[in-house]
Amino acid sequence: MFDFLKGYDLLGAFWVTVQLTVYSALGSLIWGTLLAGMKVSPVPLMRGFATAYVNVVRNIPLTVIIVFSSLGLYQTLGVMLGADVIDDINFRLAVLALAAYTAAFVCEALRSGINTVPVGQAEAARALGLSFTQVLRLIILPQAFRAVVNPLSNVLIALTKNTTVASAIGVVEASYLMKDMIEAEAQLILISAVFAFGFIVLTLPTGLILGWVSKKVAVKR
Amino acid sequence: MSSVLYDAQGPRAKQRNILYTVLFVLCAAAVVWWVYDGLAEKHQLDWIKWKPFFTSSQPWETYIWPGLQSTLKAAFFALIIALPLGALFGVGRLSDHRWVRVPAGVVVEFFRAIPVLILMIIANAVYSEYTNINTDDRPLYAVVTGLVLYNASVLAEIVRAGIHTLPKGQGEAAKALGMRKGQTMVFVLLPQAVTAMLPAIVSQLVVIVKDTALGGAVMTFPELLASVRPMAANYGANTIACFTVIALIYLLVNFALTSFASWLERWLRRNKKGKGTAPGGAPETVGTPSLVVDDGRAV
Repeated sequence: MFDFLKGYDLLGAFWVTVQLTVYSALGSLIWGTLLAGMKVSPVPLMRGFATAYVNVVRNIPLTVIIVFSSLGLYQTLGVMLGADVIDDINFRLAVLALAAYTAAFVCEALRSGINTVPVGQAEAARALGLSFTQVLRLIILPQAFRAVVNPLSNVLIALTKNTTVASAIGVVEASYLMKDMIEAEAQLILISAVFAFGFIVLTLPTGLILGWVSKKVAVKR
Repeated sequence: MSSVLYDAQGPRAKQRNILYTVLFVLCAAAVVWWVYDGLAEKHQLDWIKWKPFFTSSQPWETYIWPGLQSTLKAAFFALIIALPLGALFGVGRLSDHRWVRVPAGVVVEFFRAIPVLILMIIANAVYSEYTNINTDDRPLYAVVTGLVLYNASVLAEIVRAGIHTLPKGQGEAAKALGMRKGQTMVFVLLPQAVTAMLPAIVSQLVVIVKDTALGGAVMTFPELLASVRPMAANYGANTIACFTVIALIYLLVNFALTSFASWLERWLRRNKKGKGTAPGGAPETVGTPSLVVDDGRAV
């Protein structure tokens, strides 16, 4: 029944999807935290920059950003990100685009997490003489991160699904392979079911595990 | 400006802020210079590459406007079909009958777990295999089908959440008046839930507009993003200029929708306050608490 899978590297394609997800998740977590820090900082210019970045990136389709990274950055401007094989270049460009896009949502999630921290925490920290970066690093962000595990897990699930857009610039991940297989093989329904199942296997446990973690680490108030 | 995160600034803090501002400007200037240098080196900033957009209406009439029309058409159809479907499944998940509740839940969770792009590719293949929709229309059908399946399940969750936030007294009062379960849902709960969730629904429209671009990049749907390639080929490889214009148009459309959503949210909150039914006693928090918690779903 599953003969049609022969000759295709199904696991390999899903492994690329996982790699795209992990690298972009790390990148967007770092960049998004920096953006959130800028967004609440005392320097007006940094606040303005973070707000503008989030508003611009959230309102442009991810597809446009990813296609731009290939057509604009690579083919027109010759940006290669230190790789020399076309497959590597596309993969790195896709990670860059996914991280830049997702960071805006990480920033927004973190900011709504900062909003859940009671005012007294910040006031007490300032009364002890802590500076802005100390208040943020030692008092506010640890509590904010514990409050936003659930929103961040939603962002991670969305990111996992968004990695399929990388197929638009020729990264051979799951949806790219699926398109190939649908064109070459006859078992449309079975192929669809296999790939749908693959994504459910990737996203469902993420939601369940992180949902459990968010209950564990939530700050009791 | 001051916030609970930092004190009103004294002379030293102000000096430090100026220092940070200068450092930030220097970093930003370095990045801008690097980008400018890269662009100028590849002749992407030459006036001839940008001229078509300012001096003639041809690129707008031939490429951009038809593309934007397709984008908006697909988004409009997707929303119109997904909204009632979403309401149906949202209500279905709240049903008292197990045989309605469980299948509705399975369908919603299933389509939320699968990428829209996968749904679009499958829909495209199904249409070409089992129907005789002609090849020109097929991408539109596939894009709208993919968008409807995904967004109906998201809207179902929005509607369900909306009904959950209503005061329990609403349903109880309807029951006391002798309404049937169906009447309670249709005349009492659903209208209030949809009104309360209007901002979330408009925000979802932004997601729909953004996702139409998938059809242009991966299938042959002639929408806004797909117009970049022929346009850049026609006006002498002005890829950067084309992308800038396209991105600005997406930005304008979606920014208008986002602003409308937040205006709606403020308007609804103000109206609620007038009637005195707003839930009071929310604890004071760092920053201004927002009505809709950003839970990262609208990615």
